[in-house]
Amino acid sequence: FARASRALRPTHPRCGVLTLPALSDIGSASGTSWSRWTYKRESSNSAWNSKVPQIPTWEPVAENQLPPPTRVSPDLVDKLERLALVDFGSKEGVDCLEKAIRFADQLHDINTDGVEPMDSVLEDRELYLRDDMITEGECAEDLLQLAKHTVEEYFVAPPGNIPLPKREERSSMLKHSEF
Amino acid sequence: KSPETFLFFIMIPYTGEFLSMVGVVGLEVHAQIQSTSKLFSGSHVRFLAPPNSLVSHFDASLPGTLPVLNRRCVEAAVLTGLALNCTINRKSLFDRKHYFYADMPAGYQITQQRVPIAVNGMLVYSHFEGRRRNQVVTKSVKIKQIQLEQDSGKSLHDDEQSQTLIDLNRAGVGLMELVMEPEMCCGEEAAAAVRELQLILQALGTCQANMAEGQLRVDANVSVHRPGEPLGVRTEVKNINSVRHLAKAIDYEIQRQMEVLQSAGKVLNETRAFDSKSGNTIPMRDKEGLQDYRFMPEPNLPPLFVYESKASVPAGVDPAQVVVIDRLSAQLPELPSVKRTRLVETYGILQEHSFTLVNEDGLMDYFENVVQTTKAEPRKVIGWVIKELMGNLNSQNLKVSQSPISPCALAELINLAESGHISSSTAKQVFQEMWKAPEKTVGQIVKEQDLWMINDKEELQKICRRIVDSHPEEVNPNKVLNKLMGEVQRETKGRTDPVQVRAILEKMVS
Repeated sequence: FARASRALRPTHPRCGVLTLPALSDIGSASGTSWSRWTYKRESSNSAWNSKVPQIPTWEPVAENQLPPPTRVSPDLVDKLERLALVDFGSKEGVDCLEKAIRFADQLHDINTDGVEPMDSVLEDRELYLRDDMITEGECAEDLLQLAKHTVEEYFVAPPGNIPLPKREERSSMLKHSEF
Repeated sequence: KSPETFLFFIMIPYTGEFLSMVGVVGLEVHAQIQSTSKLFSGSHVRFLAPPNSLVSHFDASLPGTLPVLNRRCVEAAVLTGLALNCTINRKSLFDRKHYFYADMPAGYQITQQRVPIAVNGMLVYSHFEGRRRNQVVTKSVKIKQIQLEQDSGKSLHDDEQSQTLIDLNRAGVGLMELVMEPEMCCGEEAAAAVRELQLILQALGTCQANMAEGQLRVDANVSVHRPGEPLGVRTEVKNINSVRHLAKAIDYEIQRQMEVLQSAGKVLNETRAFDSKSGNTIPMRDKEGLQDYRFMPEPNLPPLFVYESKASVPAGVDPAQVVVIDRLSAQLPELPSVKRTRLVETYGILQEHSFTLVNEDGLMDYFENVVQTTKAEPRKVIGWVIKELMGNLNSQNLKVSQSPISPCALAELINLAESGHISSSTAKQVFQEMWKAPEKTVGQIVKEQDLWMINDKEELQKICRRIVDSHPEEVNPNKVLNKLMGEVQRETKGRTDPVQVRAILEKMVS
């Protein structure tokens, strides 16, 4: 890519529509496949042939096609905050969540009959299995340095899980805190 | 206590009918995989080590680290699945199970909840019934699934300073979770099943299965109901450190639940801890209602494929790098049940003896060694091995490998007894002497203490005559004979064959 960078900043071949004709002057007959590709493209069609549609092709999904809107009750908010230790903070936080769920509801419009759910784009790659050998460890010092409080090479934690205070107690805690 | 003693009788009003409640037990077993390194990282797996020394950046959940699956752990799970007659899933998936606890720094555990590596197996086990505990009853329990998952670190609770010390050496070690269907009815069945599982895992080499060291952890799900009716509310019993405690804990819990229901109470769905001192189960604190683990697919791990045979490995993939089921099937060793059957068929010993031989590490080899070296029948040898040898080993808490008497020496002793050079009672005496002085040979001991059997007919006649003459007053023939025989044995220090002596005395007395 040395030749490309001489004239332009290194960009993905698909971008920079206007500068491509200039590139073909630089080195067409030589080896790099990239320049061969631009040469070929140049010769096939003079117009820019991008795969990205020039105008939007999606249509908004009608409300009646969606399932009924999900309401997030205060009890559910409380449970989620307890499980994930995230702070919804306020009514706006809950509204934002409900809108996000509404946006995701559009997925119900798609017919997925007979389609296996995909949970990894790597599903047709071999999962690499490593040999059973010792290759790591023995770095207790480095790890313990990351903790503010250690006791004789042990990490220190409070005794058992501290239950999240109830909503009412929490809001009064926040009132008096720095946040 | 046999299963029958767990029938609890309740009389139904107005009908006078008796209905019996039974216990229902399902086990969840976590077996620590015997591998050199951890499930998803290259840290060493070892029981005792300075705290946090066997921890990699991934085990400490530092950001930017990724899991890399250990092939040996997959093979261990497949081998265990094959030994337990499971269907091995050619494709299995990994998931995250979220909950917060200090010894699990990531905040989630990587497990296999949706599609585990092995499903639908069966564990066949036996236990002894009958008054003399010698009737073998064979049972089986279905294995719902076997899944690979990570172990958590260790928490040391310091109540004085109100803190918990965390050691992550164990965090990330590979575990096989075996989930059994609730098909057992009492502590004895559960204990027998776990003992058999221990033997199988040890034979496979996939887990050392020592409960005291935490290599095998068993949780029991216990409920009670009347047969035919829906299952009752179940409790989970944890903190069980040995097979004996397992039986005790389950039996206590079944009893407790029956008593609760009998007094019109309700059994709570809770987690209880077994207290070995009192033999009771007590509710565990720190229980935050029903846990929601928010399972989600593990995004950093694509599906795990295992292949049927070398031929089914796709092109471009090195067969040495993947798990091939055929290759592992061929490596399966002889399982305990097969060993026991072989022992009974080859040597004609009792089934209960075959259990003892297989249960005790090294005892089967010891026994077979002696049988090959001695002229005596295996049935005679088994008596020596199970009574004399095991008796001494147990009383001194020794393993078979630590026995001061070698198979050769025992074979020699048995030969002497069989050929009539020493009597059977003398042989037992000599055995104890050999135990104390392993450097001496059998011959030496017999010679030193002059324990040779008196076979000379004339000598025997002389001794018997002497005894009979010194006891003229006896009248009842049977009583007389036994007493005189006792006298002869005493006088000769057991160096006579009881059969011969009895014959001679009978003639003299009649």
